[in-house]
Amino acid sequence: MHNLISIYETSGFLIIFPFIAALLIFLQRKDNILRRATVIASGFAIMAASVYTAILVLLGGGQTLYKPASEEVMSLVEQTILFGEAFLLIVVIILSFRHRKYYCALIGILGTCPIMAMELSGVVPEHATYLRLDPLAAVMYLIAGVVGPLICMYAVGYMSDYHHHHTNVQDRSNVFLALLFIFLGGMFGLITSDDLVWVFFFWEITSVCSFLLIGYTRTKEAIGNSFRALWMNLLGGVGFSAGILALFYLDPRQIMSLSELMKQTDRAPVIMLAVTLFAFASLTKSAQFPFSRWLLGAMVAPTPSSALLHSATMVKIGVYMLIRLSPMFTDTFTGVMITVVGGFTFFAASLLAISQSDGKKVLAYSTISNLGLITACAGTGTTEGVWAAVMLMLFHAVSKSLLFQTVGDIENIMGSRDIEDMHGLVIKLPRLALIMMIGICGMFMAPFGMLVSKWAALKAFVDSSSVWLVIFLVFGSGSTLFYWAKWLGKICTVIHQSVNLDDSTHGSELISMVPLTGLIVVMCFAFPWMSNAMVQPVLNETFNMNVPNVIGGADVIIMMIMVTMIFLVPLGSRFLSVGAKDKMTMSYVAGVNAGDDRHYIDSFGKSRSLYLANWYMEDYFGEKRLLVPSIMISAVLVILMVIIVIGGAF
Amino acid sequence: MKLSKSPWILHYDGSSCNGCDIEVLATMMPHFDVERFGVINTGNPKHADILLLTGGINSQTAPVVRQLYKQMPDPKVVMACGICACDGGIFKECYNVLGGADQVVPVDIYVPGCAVRPEALIEGVKKAVAILDEKQQEMKIAMKQGYCTVDYGRLAVHTTEDDYNSEESSPEAAQEQTQTAETPGTTEGGDAE
Amino acid sequence: MAVSIVVRVILYLLLGPVIGGLLEGIDRIISARMQGRQGPPLFQPFYDVYKLMHKQTIVVNSIQVLFITAYLIFTIFTGALFFGGGDMLLVFFSLSMSEVMLVLSAYSVNGPYSAMGAQRELLQMMCYEPMMLLLAIGFYVAQGSFMVNDLIGADRPAVIALPGMLIGFAFVLIIKLRKSPFDLSTSHHAHQEMVKGLTTDISGRDMGLVELAEWYDATLMMGIVGMFFVTREPVSYLFAILACSVVFFLITLIDNTHPRVKAMRMFGLAWGVILVCAGTNLLILNLIGK
Repeated sequence: MHNLISIYETSGFLIIFPFIAALLIFLQRKDNILRRATVIASGFAIMAASVYTAILVLLGGGQTLYKPASEEVMSLVEQTILFGEAFLLIVVIILSFRHRKYYCALIGILGTCPIMAMELSGVVPEHATYLRLDPLAAVMYLIAGVVGPLICMYAVGYMSDYHHHHTNVQDRSNVFLALLFIFLGGMFGLITSDDLVWVFFFWEITSVCSFLLIGYTRTKEAIGNSFRALWMNLLGGVGFSAGILALFYLDPRQIMSLSELMKQTDRAPVIMLAVTLFAFASLTKSAQFPFSRWLLGAMVAPTPSSALLHSATMVKIGVYMLIRLSPMFTDTFTGVMITVVGGFTFFAASLLAISQSDGKKVLAYSTISNLGLITACAGTGTTEGVWAAVMLMLFHAVSKSLLFQTVGDIENIMGSRDIEDMHGLVIKLPRLALIMMIGICGMFMAPFGMLVSKWAALKAFVDSSSVWLVIFLVFGSGSTLFYWAKWLGKICTVIHQSVNLDDSTHGSELISMVPLTGLIVVMCFAFPWMSNAMVQPVLNETFNMNVPNVIGGADVIIMMIMVTMIFLVPLGSRFLSVGAKDKMTMSYVAGVNAGDDRHYIDSFGKSRSLYLANWYMEDYFGEKRLLVPSIMISAVLVILMVIIVIGGAF
Repeated sequence: MKLSKSPWILHYDGSSCNGCDIEVLATMMPHFDVERFGVINTGNPKHADILLLTGGINSQTAPVVRQLYKQMPDPKVVMACGICACDGGIFKECYNVLGGADQVVPVDIYVPGCAVRPEALIEGVKKAVAILDEKQQEMKIAMKQGYCTVDYGRLAVHTTEDDYNSEESSPEAAQEQTQTAETPGTTEGGDAE
Repeated sequence: MAVSIVVRVILYLLLGPVIGGLLEGIDRIISARMQGRQGPPLFQPFYDVYKLMHKQTIVVNSIQVLFITAYLIFTIFTGALFFGGGDMLLVFFSLSMSEVMLVLSAYSVNGPYSAMGAQRELLQMMCYEPMMLLLAIGFYVAQGSFMVNDLIGADRPAVIALPGMLIGFAFVLIIKLRKSPFDLSTSHHAHQEMVKGLTTDISGRDMGLVELAEWYDATLMMGIVGMFFVTREPVSYLFAILACSVVFFLITLIDNTHPRVKAMRMFGLAWGVILVCAGTNLLILNLIGK
């Protein structure tokens, strides 16, 4: 291929540049034009590079493996990674000791030290590939490289608003923005790496970054939650390093790269042990039950970090890893257990979401729930499962980051992110309400992408004859519908004689939100094309064969008709002016309406206010009732999985 | 097909002694089976065609009756059932009673009786549906001219507080309501049921 | 093939409301007879809708009309998809979308009764949604296709493989058609504590459209019941119609003999019945299939 810039250069740029950008931003303490410009320019640079790379890879097709050409470069990189690992460990230890969370330091040492010892021993064999760019990596590039920078740009305007409202929080927004970029760098590194030690290094970068982001406000709650996130993710790191060590010391082949690992179709017990341990690490990263609480705690951080952790980066690492490993799951015990844990998470989290009225908390539970579905899909190890998983990942990243940004904006404007306070948003803040409606529809409504993927997921589960999973999925869809629709309803409520609030959304926030909204709409129409151009190559490459088209024919046409209808109905009724001659009155309040539909006259002739809250059914679906049992059940499942696989390996 | 084939009823008790209400409900029950004629007791003004009023109207119920009447879509018929609803009956001289239903809304049919007999009610409904058909014709013509009905002129107008309270209700009550409505209280969160 | 699809869709578009309206008329007569009275004429539902269509329409806001139009269009689309022989899963997805539209129209009103109706309707949807999806999957496992077109060409009626699904579906049909004891969101019977719930603030033409959509919906539901019995033999359609009548009669009977239950009791009952009947059915089917 004769391209202007080779994909190796762009991918190298994508890994290194975010760190440089982070440094530049870190050095600019004051929130001024220059810093804003730096963030936006770096964001666009990253976006352009990742889209360019992804397109080239997708057009080129197939797998491109890469090993640094010269010995010097190689050793430099290895030393950097070693140094970086040590640095991360020191950061973890210092912060753990400062806040007296000694167990975090212990877990960190347990994870990193053996790997460092292994590297320093000098017996690690040379292998063919260290970096890899394949269609799956390209898809991840698109997710991280388009949604990620948009969130960074959003953060510019958001943070200045945030510190305007939260004067008690010390303004360290330069650190915050820098961390966002480091996170992106780590993300690109992780996607591109093939060498397991490299993957581990980037894995730890994201763990530590998320820890620092969550603890940004330095309140007691934030610190507590950030350490919870840290120990859970470090535990995953321990699992990952244990997997590497198992491959290195227990297996004579000494496999040190992911692509090598995937070639081992004999599924020796040791290989499966490593795969299971990697899958365990993925479960912690993608916040599956029993590890979900770190993601729920991550809500204390400013919204951009939630958006980043939830949509484009952190949690997607886990499912990315599972999708990579999915061919190894076909008809294995590990695969079954991963599927069950994922399916259970989907179901339990969607029930828990019903009882939440905090907008961000609902989003958090919905993230957990959706990732559960992706995990379950990847766990089936079938082509349809992986198709659904990749599609879900794409749609989820876009919709969820948009929703987080909207909720964050609404919080900045109204001072609350409670769903009850969004009553009548369509009148109060029409622009944000419309964006939010599209985001919510994208999460659950029929012709939008999530449902298309759910449809494929159902087919995948049925074909892999996992009945329990089907049952989790169907019941989970029921509750998913409930919690989204009631939120949507609250927004759609039209309150008469209500005031238009001052929509003080920053330009930089709109730079992010408008394209994301557009993207959802475009993706609705483009999903057959996405399936062909993006997901099929992933399938072909992951399963090493030509996979027949998962979705096709009449169904696509019908879905297109549905999408068209959903956009045409509002337009059509506008043009045909349906109902223009109707008489308008207030809603029916038993004849004692006091002029607007929020007040009525009571039996003493006094006007009283009237308000109907949504149903949250705390007694049935509350955290108090469901959270602990769900964690228990899933913990038993995960422990069972690890023990049985370890037992099989020895 | 005519509108008279499906008259849906809204029953409102102005301030009756409940004698007429029992008779009205008895009429709706299986014994008389008015559903034979398509009559349904909706309990919702927005679905109703016939407003069935019992008891005299007092100053507390007057705005309610007026509001219910305004929330009914055209064409609509008002039936005053029982002597109290017709002209106030034995409560006519009471300090708080305004008089019959026609004091607040235009009444089309008067069904006397104390209490009103079910047979009389059925006869009244039969008369009411005939008027309903007439009004339907009027409305058709009015719609062609761009008006809705004779009762209230413009279409698609927000019915505001003033529409509900301005006219005949006692000045004190109206003033009090306006004052309280001007300072809406904070929204109270409450359970759905 | 294509011609027959078009014919079927057109037939549905024309006959759907007629069948639905007649079903409602029959329902009202049977109910009346069960209560020992004569009841309305068979065509009473048509008189009602004609009247609603010719009355003035009162709205609370302009968005309401939009949602109701969308509700009608998507309901018709759902039915057309089913009778046109489309994918069962898509049918149910588009069905839930149309229902959401109705709920949104009630939400947009901001009235206490409508809001309450909307909440309850959502809970009802949550109750029957799992059964709908399980049903599609059950057909797929039993007959090997999601496409209605393939299912009607089956060798043996699906009910042999899916008896539990039929029981579960008949059960959720009570919830879907909003019949007592599960008529929480809005009721066909007068005088409720929540007035008319979901449809309280819908009037005139809009109410007529909602009724029309419900007729289409009822036809679709009966069609799905029929699917359990249809095979490639023409005589099977007779059985299907018979089965529909039996199911419909049972629903009317239950409607008239059972008082309304509380919301969470409905939820527990519905999910319990679905899990026990349909879930077990699927499990057994899967074991036999292996």
